[in-house]
Order: sequence, then C-alpha cells, then structure tokens
Amino acid sequence: MELQQFYYDNKIVKNFMLATLVWGAVALLVGLLAALQLAMPFHNLGVEYLSFGRIRPIHTNAVIFAFIGNAMFAGVYYASQRVLKARLFNDVISKIHFWGWQFIIVCAALTLFAGKTTGKEYAELEWPIDLMIAVIWVLFGWNLIGTVLKRREKHIYVSVWWFLASFIGVAVLHVVNSFELPVSFLKSYPLYAGAQDAVVQWWYGHNAVAFFLTTPWLGLMYYYLPKAANRPVYSYQLSIIHFWSLIFLYMWSGPHHLLYQALPDWVQALGVTFSVMLIAPSWGGMVNGLLTLRGAWDKVRDNAELKFMVVALTAYGMATFEGPMMSLKNVNAISHFTDWTIAHTHIGGMGWNGGMIFGMMYWLVPRIFRTQLYSKKMANTHFWLATLGILLFAIPLYWAGITQWLLLRQYNANGMLANPIFMETTTQILPMYFFRIVGGALFLVGFILFLINMAKTIKMGSLEANELVEAAPRAKELSTRKDGETVHRWIERRGVQFALLMFVALVIGGAAEIIPMLKVESNIPKISSVTPYSPLELAGRDVYISNGCYNCHSQQIRPLRWETDRYGEYSKIGESVYDHPFQWGSRRTGPDLARAGYVGSSTYKSTSWEFTHFMNPRDIYPQSIMPPYPWFAVNQIDMKDVKKSIEAMQTLGVPYPKGYADKAAGDYLKEAQVIVDELKQTGVTVLPTSEMVAIIAYLHKLGRDISPENIEKISKMKK
Amino acid sequence: MNILYLLIGVSLLAALSFLVLFIWAVKTGQYEDTFTPSVRILFEEETKVNTIIDDNEKAK
Repeated sequence: MELQQFYYDNKIVKNFMLATLVWGAVALLVGLLAALQLAMPFHNLGVEYLSFGRIRPIHTNAVIFAFIGNAMFAGVYYASQRVLKARLFNDVISKIHFWGWQFIIVCAALTLFAGKTTGKEYAELEWPIDLMIAVIWVLFGWNLIGTVLKRREKHIYVSVWWFLASFIGVAVLHVVNSFELPVSFLKSYPLYAGAQDAVVQWWYGHNAVAFFLTTPWLGLMYYYLPKAANRPVYSYQLSIIHFWSLIFLYMWSGPHHLLYQALPDWVQALGVTFSVMLIAPSWGGMVNGLLTLRGAWDKVRDNAELKFMVVALTAYGMATFEGPMMSLKNVNAISHFTDWTIAHTHIGGMGWNGGMIFGMMYWLVPRIFRTQLYSKKMANTHFWLATLGILLFAIPLYWAGITQWLLLRQYNANGMLANPIFMETTTQILPMYFFRIVGGALFLVGFILFLINMAKTIKMGSLEANELVEAAPRAKELSTRKDGETVHRWIERRGVQFALLMFVALVIGGAAEIIPMLKVESNIPKISSVTPYSPLELAGRDVYISNGCYNCHSQQIRPLRWETDRYGEYSKIGESVYDHPFQWGSRRTGPDLARAGYVGSSTYKSTSWEFTHFMNPRDIYPQSIMPPYPWFAVNQIDMKDVKKSIEAMQTLGVPYPKGYADKAAGDYLKEAQVIVDELKQTGVTVLPTSEMVAIIAYLHKLGRDISPENIEKISKMKK
Repeated sequence: MNILYLLIGVSLLAALSFLVLFIWAVKTGQYEDTFTPSVRILFEEETKVNTIIDDNEKAK
C-alpha cells in the first residue's frame, strides 16, 4: 500500500507544556502560602485578597485546571497524534483551545482573588467563565474526535478511549453542576438548594477527580510508561477491561462525600457500594502499570522519568485503596472534616498526577526539542525531593487528622466532652502544620530544579514544530448494507458526529425539561419553622461565600454523639431548603457553624463577641489561626444588589411574598439598625450597610429557626 | 429529592453512551487483536523528507 506523508503538530504540545511549567509554579507557590497561613495566619499580610478563604480555591483550581489541565492537554495531543497516525484535526481549533484555556485561567485567578465565587468546591468559577469553559471544552473534544475520525490506524489504542471518556465525562458534569441563575455580571445562584445542591455538587466533585485527574492520566500512563520503558503494557486486555468497568462505576460514587449528612440513607448506601467496588478497576490500572516494568526494573534505577511514574502508580494504588476505605461510614466518621482528607488528596495530586506529569515531561521535552535531557542528576535530585516532600506532607496530616478526631470524641469521667473548645484540638495539631510546610517546600524546591532542567534542555535543543512521518492510509471498511439504505449509511459514516450532536441535543432538551421540574415543590421534608433569609441575612450569606468561609467552617452536624454534644441538634434536610448554594463545607479547620444562631448552643456568640472576633480573633483566643477580617467593618454592601438578590431567589422558588423585592431595602436597614445600636452600646460605630452587620446577622440566623426559643415565639404569634 | 431523578438520568445517559461506544468497539473489531496494538505504539520511525505529501496535512 502507498504510504502517505504528513506532519505531527509538536508546537501545540510545546505550548501546553510551557503553560504547565508556568502554572505549576504558580499553583505550588499559592499552595505554600496557604500552608503558611494555616500554621501562622499573619501570612495573609493583612490583605483581604490573600486571606485563606480566597487563597485555597485559587490553589485547588490552579493545581487541577491550570497545572494538571495543561499537562493533560499536552500529553493527550502528543500521544493521540502518534497512536492514531494523524495530525490533529484542525490547527486553528488547537490554537483557540490553547489560548482560550489560558484566558480562562487568568479570569479564574482574578475573580477568585476578588471573591467572585459560587461557593461550590472545584466549581467556584462564576457563570461567564463557566460558559467559556464549556465552549473551550467542546473545542477540545471536537479536535480529539476529529483526529480519531481521520486516523490512519484502524485500531483505536486504549489511551484514546480514556481520553474520549474524559471528554464526555467532564462535559456532562460541568454542564449539570453549572445550572445557575445569573444575578449580575459576576454573581449567580445555583438552581438547586440545600441537599439537592449538595448531591449535584459532590456528584460533580467526585467525578471531577475521576474524569479530570484519573481517566486522562491512566490513558497517558498507558502511552508514556510503555514508551519510557520501551516495553508493551503488561496486559492490553486488562487495560481494556478495567477501562470499561472504571468508567461505568465512577459516576455513582459521589454521595460518599456526604455520609452521615442530611441526605436520604439509600443514596448514601448507593454511593458507598459503588465506591467500594471501584477498588477493582482502580487496582487493575496500578497492577497493569507496575507489571509492565517486570524485567525492566534495572531501567528504573537510572531513569528519572520511570522513577516518577513508579511513584505515581504507587500513589495511585494507595489513594484508590484508601478512597474505598474512606467511603465506609465508620472510617468516614474519622476522615471527613479532618486533615485525613487533605492528606488523601495530596497523595493523589502530588504523587499520582505530579509523578505522571514529571515523568511524562522528562521524557517528552527532550524528544520534541530533538536533544538530550540537560541533567539526569538534577532530575534524580528532583525525584528524591518530591518523594520526600510528599511523605513529609502527608504523614503529619494523617497524624493530625486522627489526633484531632480522638480529641474531639474524648469524654472525661463525668461524661462531658474532654475538649469542649474546638480551638484546643487545633492547637494540638499545629506542629503538624509546620511539618506540612516543610514537605510542601521540599516539593517546591524539587519543582524549581525541574524548571531549570526543562529550561536548559529547551535551550540546548530546537523545537521540531512539525514532525514528518509516513503511514499507510486506513483501509476502507466494507459495508454490508444494501443499496437504497442511504440514511442508514449516512448515519453510519457520521456515527461519531451524530452521537456528539445527539448528546448536545439531549443535554439541552434535558435541561429544558428538568428546570421546570426542579421548581415544582420538592418532596424534601420541610420544617414549618424554617423561613427564608431576610434581605440582610442573605447579603451576609453572600459575604460568607465571597470570603470562602466554607473552606474552614462546616454547617453540617452529623448524628454522632460527640458532634451533637459539642454543637447541638444534628442537621436536617429541611433546614437548608433555601440555601442556594448549600454551605455544608467539607473541612473543619474551625468549628461547625450550623448552630451559630441557636441561643444556648456552644457556637452561639453575642453581637459584640462576633464583632471583636472578626476584627481580630486573637483578641479572644490568643492561639486562634483564623485570619482577622477588619475590612468587614469598612466594606459596604451595594443596596442595589439587595433587591436583585431577592428577585433571583424568588425566581428560584424561595417563597418571599409577591412584590417583596421592593420592600427589601427598607427591611434591610431596619434590621441592620438593631445590630448597629447593639454595637453602639459597646462603644463601636459601624454603618448599617457594612459587611460586618450583614455577616453577623447571617451567623445569627444559622440554626435559629429550629431553636425552642424561636418555636415558642412562633406559637405565641399564632395565638 | 427531585434532583436524584436528574442525576440518575444523566448518569444513565452517560453510561448508555459508553455502552453504545462499547458495543460499537466490539462490533467493528476493535478488540479482535488484544496484543499487537500494545507493541505497535513502541515503533516510531524517523522519516526522511519526500515529495509525496498529503495535501490535507501540510504543515502550516
């Protein structure tokens, strides 16, 4: 057969790799800053934009979507062209994809610093950015599928299957979790509330881990590991089997993020079951990767890229063993809300994704620049620094998580909580936070060596932007269809495009049907005393979300004795029916706040206490690690937004009386004046429109509706 | 918990599309040979410049 000559596009691979280097440095630096702040809160430098609640989402988004995302695109574009034996579908799409993604990252960073956030973890970006992500993601899929269609190789190598599943998975998740009602240019409320929002969020949250951090990287592992070791994968058959089983199982495991929380039991059970099953396909990948190196372990000894990949697979195996274990309710009672989870995610992020990225790039950069790696020694040093860094990061946090859990559930001889003040348990684990800084810093130093090594390698070589190759064209497949069946034929020829269009249509059609359905009275058990937020409380809620309070404070009390003894009545589904978005949180660096407005609970504090504490938490607890928020007393709420927010809530089905939006501003000021007067008595003057007044009002709403005091008040009013 | 109908629906839809892809893969003979592809990706030969170049894929 005649061979065709064509070129691979290496320039796009280079661009994505350079972006990986830049954003990787940013993501790690921000991570280090966050770690410093957790041990020593003055590292926010007294700046609103650098406070932990803003920094943490920037760190997570930068790591996942900027660092790992760009590396993923580089790896996918390089490998796909070679296994499919075709240049990428369209150079213009490639370019738009690249620059669009970088633009999204810049927008994301700026808006998150400014506190423009939806308040949903790993989906914090506001609606205009969500739209851009959808467009760029579709372009990526288009480019990938286009390349699959024009491939010269008939067989689609397993890596490409992983890439395709990643594209489909992320598209579905992103669309469903981003249903939100815009209130203004950079502000929206999610369509769902409370428990419903929580289920969607963690269905997304867990599958973002699956389809952004796992499936594409398994695909990449199946290409770069065999290439780096120059050995075929241990079992190609296993790679196919565990691919299909993994993608079928992952979608159902989201509820394991909400165990013991205000969610129907059967949903929790479903999540646990699928999470436990996931261990099989996950370990299928790890085993297959490690066994690929059988008989080639001598290569691992003096080859940094293979070393990194071995650590990556080991970390993947550890994390995917731990994950199912953490999904068991009794283990989850320990790991959830503690540093255990933070350790778990960093084994995955630094070990698995980090290891794959470094391994891949050490192999890839010299190749497309037609040269040798600048320094093998430096790469080896990087490897040891990174591995040690991961251990020094994770082990103290496992320790911290379990220690804190033990302290929280400790009772004294009188049957009282031994450590009634949450702060005391935090102080105990603070030394571990210093170890984490050391671990993170080592990882960063290793990364700097990696940057130098990459820069020198790039300088030594010259990019082969278009690599000439030749391959035989794909043989035309014989059609068994008879003449006259033209429509069928057409569909058959256009199978993939057709599926794609169908998918888009289904999503749009689905959305159109689902949105009205969600507005119909839901069958969530309602609590009659739970009322919507007043305009002032709603504004306070926006301040809470904008400052990322949910990154350290949960609003979800689990029905465990040591939680109800500490915080009060456990959380019910009916309590959060007006919460767009839900704010249950996932980590308690500070105490739970679900009963902050329930007079008599341990977390209820007076207005003046809240004020003093916000101005400087260390005036109340000298060892507190919460950053101060003095700007709450200065920043003002835009009264125009008050009306808009109420209107938006009404659209979402929150039962404010008709025409209430016009009265909202008046009610706001009346209610605010009460708090202003109260503060005046202690000698403090704040404006009624200040953020301080709003957030105090919001905190005093939490749990208030179900308090006996409130219920008594309601029954008196009825009489 | 109306949302569960949506999530189960969407998840089933995704699973269904994967199922269709799976059936397609099996039917078109993607998995007839589960050994050669693993070896084939290891071979990448350097190509010398030649005059016959596929018009569609000229480097831009």
